[in-house]
Amino acid sequence: MRIHQHPILSFDKRKTLNFTYNGQTLEGFEGDTIASALHAQGIKMLSESIHLKRPRGFYCAIGNCASCNMVVNGEPNVRTCITPLEEGMEVRLQEGKGHIR
Amino acid sequence: MKQVEVLIIGAGPAGLSAADILLEAGASVAIVDRSDRVGGQLTKQTHMFFGSQAHYASKRGIDILTILFDKIKHHPNLHMFTNTTVAGLYPDKVVACVQESRYFTLQAKAIIVATGASEKSLPFENNDLPGVYAAGAVQTLMNVYGVKPGDKVLMVGSGNIGLIVTYQLMQAGVIVPMLVEAAETISGYLVHASKIKRLGVDLRMRTSVKRALGTKHVEGAQIWQLDEQWQGIPGTEETIPVDTICLAVGLSPLTELLQQIGAEVTYINELGGHVPRLNDRFETTVDGVFACGDVAGIEEASSAMIAGTIAGLEAALKRGYKIENVAERRASLHASLATLRSGPHAAKIRKGHEKLGVKS
Ligand SMILES: Cc1cc2nc3c(=O)[nH]c(=O)nc-3n(C[C@H](O)[C@H](O)[C@H](O)COP(=O)(O)OP(=O)(O)OC[C@H]3O[C@@H](n4cnc5c(N)ncnc54)[C@H](O)[C@@H]3O)c2cc1C
Ligand code: FES
Repeated sequence: MRIHQHPILSFDKRKTLNFTYNGQTLEGFEGDTIASALHAQGIKMLSESIHLKRPRGFYCAIGNCASCNMVVNGEPNVRTCITPLEEGMEVRLQEGKGHIR
Repeated sequence: MKQVEVLIIGAGPAGLSAADILLEAGASVAIVDRSDRVGGQLTKQTHMFFGSQAHYASKRGIDILTILFDKIKHHPNLHMFTNTTVAGLYPDKVVACVQESRYFTLQAKAIIVATGASEKSLPFENNDLPGVYAAGAVQTLMNVYGVKPGDKVLMVGSGNIGLIVTYQLMQAGVIVPMLVEAAETISGYLVHASKIKRLGVDLRMRTSVKRALGTKHVEGAQIWQLDEQWQGIPGTEETIPVDTICLAVGLSPLTELLQQIGAEVTYINELGGHVPRLNDRFETTVDGVFACGDVAGIEEASSAMIAGTIAGLEAALKRGYKIENVAERRASLHASLATLRSGPHAAKIRKGHEKLGVKS
């Protein structure tokens, strides 16, 4: 899902970052947010609605709606659309409102 | 608790412009933004701006941002807090901030709220499925991170944002077979509409989304025609095979922080939702708390920059700084704002301001 050719923007080769999503190892790039790296891999479902457990993706991508909340390195309710991806991050789908360690 | 002189919330065009004049006047400025990238909406705007020549028309948003930020970024009196969300604003001007998992407070002498706006959604069945995205979010994903939202997109809304993002999707190699609009006519600029029409986008007026199809993510969209009352007409349904539905159905001002600190707000439909009551110095009903840009009513980056400069100038004066030729500068800023708001496309803004009881 990456853009390779663009008339105005250039997306130069950036450093690769490894992270895991529900235990599975994935690659993203430096400069990605967690949500953009997941989306680039075709992973659109980022959270589950609290009561009906319906799948949710991102919506606003500016940190305003909580639709992209995930568990990152054990911490719940991280807004993955504005959180920069880091090497070795452990990203998981969140259950309900999340549990604080 | 760390003390700051003037705290600006939001590093979009409004906040950056306010910072510029405050720094010039000699004030010390802290800017807080929840994104790790400075610039607000400008970070994703690869298109040439419309608007007046004096206000960067025909420059790209991303380049305007560079001009604005380069001017101030090395200033010794500027303190940037990026990746930091303001979570609370209290009447003694205590500002609660969250930076990743760190919580801290700042206390300011004056505050400028330039938080911009958030995108609206639209009620239809399955509108919460992954693949239903706000237009600005799609723009961020593509133009900032270089990721496509999907392969085939249905665009909803024919305002400038819908039209521009449609074109940008096509630039990124995404197929946009159709754009639907509930109103009878295109609501954005016709030049933008003609451009995407020439590229083969089917522009359907009086049409909206009935439901999104799919269970795990969007696998299609069912659209239908609308009657005079904007109600769907049964029997006119059509299924469009798309994997993304992009909603460009307007923005609403992010006034929560202003409400929290006790500033009076009023609901004005034409300005996008709840907006603060401002005096002619762009100060809210709370002493020393100013507001400018989209948070004070949905407009444009060009007006956000002027409004930011006015708020910054007034905050500097309030803090006791001298600004040369202040009367002239103030008059010319207000005159530029009035010019920007004089065209036919600003009729809604003028009406909103009239309802609010302020001069446009
Ligand atoms: C697709 C599109 C095309 C456009 N085209 C044009 C055009 O051609 N010409 C034009 O003049 N205008 C255009 N605009 C409009 C223009 O971008 C906006 O009007 C302008 O960016 C508003 O500026 P602002 O500084 O008020 O807010 P924003 O640019 O929205 O910035 C607000 C900032 O506040 C931050 N923030 C919000 N809440 C918090 C919080 N609680 N804590 C910390 N930080 C926070 C946000 O992260 C953001 O960086 C366009 C908009 C879009 C979406
Ligand atoms: S998508 Fe809205 S907060 Fe992340």
